[in-house]
Amino acid sequence: MSSLAPDVPANGLPIWDELPPGGVSEDAGSTSRRTMGFWRGGGQRPLIDLNLCVQCLHCWVSCPDACFILEDGQVTCINYDHCKGCGICANECPPMVNAIVLVEERRFG
Amino acid sequence: MTKTQKSKDNLIQNPKSKIQNRKVVILSGNNAVANALRQVDPHVYPGYPITPSTKIMETVAEFIANGKMQCEMVAVESEHSAMSAAVGAAAGGARVASATAANGLAFMWEVLYIASGSHLPIVLAIGNRALSAPINGFADHGESMGSRDAGWIQFYSESVQEAYDNIIQAFRIGEDSRVRLPVMVCLDGFLLTHTSENITMQGDDEVTDFVGPYHAEFSLLDPDKPVSHGLSDPPSYYMEHKMRQQAGMEKAREVIEEVGAEYGKRFGRPYGLVDPYCMDDAETAIIILGSEAGRVKGVVDKMREAGKKVGALRLRTVRPFPDEQIVRQLLGLKAVAIMDRSYAPGAVGAPMFQEVRSALYDYRDSAPPIVNRIYGLGGRELRNADVRNIFAELDALADGDATVPVIQMVGLRGEPAPTWEEMRPLETPIAVAAKRGK
Amino acid sequence: MPNEQLTFASKQAEPLAGGHSLCAGCAASIIVRQVIMATEDPVVVANATGCLEVCTGIYPTTSWNVSWIHNAFANAGATLSGVESAYRALRKRGEIPEREIKFVAFGGDGGTYDIGLQSLSGAMERGHDMVYVCYDNGAYMNTGVQRSSATPLGAHTTTSPAGTLMTIGKSEIRKDMTAIAEAHGIPYIAQSSPGYYMDLMYKAKRAFQTKGAAFLNVMSPCPLGWSTEPADTLVLARLAVDTCVWPLFEIAEGEFSLTYLPLEKKPVIEWLQPQGRFRHIFKNNDEGLIDRIQADVDRDWQKLLDRAGDAIPDIAGPVRF
Repeated sequence: MSSLAPDVPANGLPIWDELPPGGVSEDAGSTSRRTMGFWRGGGQRPLIDLNLCVQCLHCWVSCPDACFILEDGQVTCINYDHCKGCGICANECPPMVNAIVLVEERRFG
Repeated sequence: MTKTQKSKDNLIQNPKSKIQNRKVVILSGNNAVANALRQVDPHVYPGYPITPSTKIMETVAEFIANGKMQCEMVAVESEHSAMSAAVGAAAGGARVASATAANGLAFMWEVLYIASGSHLPIVLAIGNRALSAPINGFADHGESMGSRDAGWIQFYSESVQEAYDNIIQAFRIGEDSRVRLPVMVCLDGFLLTHTSENITMQGDDEVTDFVGPYHAEFSLLDPDKPVSHGLSDPPSYYMEHKMRQQAGMEKAREVIEEVGAEYGKRFGRPYGLVDPYCMDDAETAIIILGSEAGRVKGVVDKMREAGKKVGALRLRTVRPFPDEQIVRQLLGLKAVAIMDRSYAPGAVGAPMFQEVRSALYDYRDSAPPIVNRIYGLGGRELRNADVRNIFAELDALADGDATVPVIQMVGLRGEPAPTWEEMRPLETPIAVAAKRGK
Repeated sequence: MPNEQLTFASKQAEPLAGGHSLCAGCAASIIVRQVIMATEDPVVVANATGCLEVCTGIYPTTSWNVSWIHNAFANAGATLSGVESAYRALRKRGEIPEREIKFVAFGGDGGTYDIGLQSLSGAMERGHDMVYVCYDNGAYMNTGVQRSSATPLGAHTTTSPAGTLMTIGKSEIRKDMTAIAEAHGIPYIAQSSPGYYMDLMYKAKRAFQTKGAAFLNVMSPCPLGWSTEPADTLVLARLAVDTCVWPLFEIAEGEFSLTYLPLEKKPVIEWLQPQGRFRHIFKNNDEGLIDRIQADVDRDWQKLLDRAGDAIPDIAGPVRF
């Protein structure tokens, strides 16, 4: 049959007739499985002190990467797999509250 | 008697038909296409008017305004938006049709590829017309030939009847799960779009039944199953997606024949990929597509009466290209002319010539010499005498006359540009035939 | 405690998952999240080619938790009008369930002000029941910061560079896309900013509730193209509002309202200075250019104040909430 098949490394990727037509993806939200945390690299990591947090949700609504995990409408943690360390959250946390601080990423090894 | 009454009188019940609601009616090509669309009643018709296919959109609008179609018309502001809205609607799970021509098709170009790459079975009628410049409103296959690699199935209709039949079959073919590709149904501008013919129009129920309901894949409108359409493909996937498209196109060959045969069984007019005429014992033949095939067939009839063994081969589809059927018909002939109603500046001959010649390469030892006759550009009239003259040239070619030009424009005033006269690669079939001493 | 709006939003499913490859500090995804979480109905999104599209949808993955379609650069308006027409057609024939679905398009300024203008204009004129959101970052950022008709006067881009001979960067003023949208006579037009999320979510909600076409022009600070700190994205978004470079207003059924009155109108220099794309102005000490930019802003702001007339809120700060 095809002369292509035997020598082409599949690298675990599907062959053409296993793909749905048209390049459609039914795997909604699937980038959530990707790790973008390495973008923080030489940058900074936000840490949230939930004891200081007043649950105003400003960080949550301002995060470009949807990193603030809510449970029952309350921020519970930060998803560091998606956080790129932009630091917006620390700026948006109300000055009187200051529950989010940015720490040099390299301190975490 | 008013004009309308007259045409109503022509709505004769066909006495031979077992089906009560089948009618013989006088319709122009545009009107026939619009009536086929009325009977199929697609969900959405995004359209933008352009001569010579404007009447299709107008008639569909009229049907909708009079409650004869449920279709939603989206009267967009350009052809680019017409095809864009078609893609959106089809991705939303709707059955979609539209019509355009010439510059309109050119303006859709970008989105034509998106429709086919996304496997959206949109049906598009083309009233074939020359591309500017110079601006020209008349029949010419330049625009649809230019889009032959856009991934659409392409039908070229010979008659108003066939344009009507092709539209109905196009939905079945494009929507077939083995194919899932958009379909263009071409009909020559003015020669078919504006010419009225007696056609047999099937009953509405018959058409609805033939076409069947549409089941879209991956609809955007199911909130419980969100899908993403039109993602950006990395190099590691693009080729696989192109092969998916190719597979649909390859499958279309058998689906077109299946659907054409079923159409024939149900309605008495069968269709295939090609339409051979007097080819069984032909010695020379003309390959042609579109409405002028009728003229060539007429000349064949006359010449046959005079004892000449001539034939005609009409290509009904250009994509998928019916190479196998063409080769089968051509092998054993003494000389063949490919008549193109389009041309490709700087290429070796017009599109169909290039492709037919390429299809014959594997059979080069037994292939006949072939020449290209470019005719009818921008609506230039083709006369019976021109066709007879081409057959005469084929006779000369069959006799080994190496002075017969390979590529020529029919009816051109003055000699062809020198490059064309000189353009005779050493190993043309004529040269090969001359060497063999034929 | 979060306010009512955020409480509402926090109950909505996350429309745009993380793990996408937009730059750190990009405002486009903030805008998307704030807009979509302003409605509880399911939405279908159309996306013009651009940063947002290419960074959220690389096959076989997608960041979108809602149905999403990208067609091409120039046609988000037409594409979404097609989807919306399919919705009406299929509902009319009972082929899909009777369920409210909202339609929203996102396009950058390239896909809105420039190449996509015709398609958007047609869609607005036809009155499709959809919301078009322009995330306006003021240049073609996806292809590496080329000028668009939304690029402000004096901004350096790769195709309007501040050089030694031509020193000012872009020498033309930006197009007023919001006014163009208004000229279509559509029922809802607004200008907003993700820096004032309450304003944006309120306007998104109104836009979704509007029957017919709605247009939201939203300023989208871009750390890459503006040469700014990612952390300052929303600070700059607010600064644009507080300097009146990007006033917040809405026009609902023809009725104009300023939705935000700065406590103190800041000088435009405060907006220009933090941005690397205006650096040459200060390097060249081009006070004339700063004055011109300030004069433009003052004139446009005064026009809005005149238009608001007696309806100017007498309290400063965000109004309507």
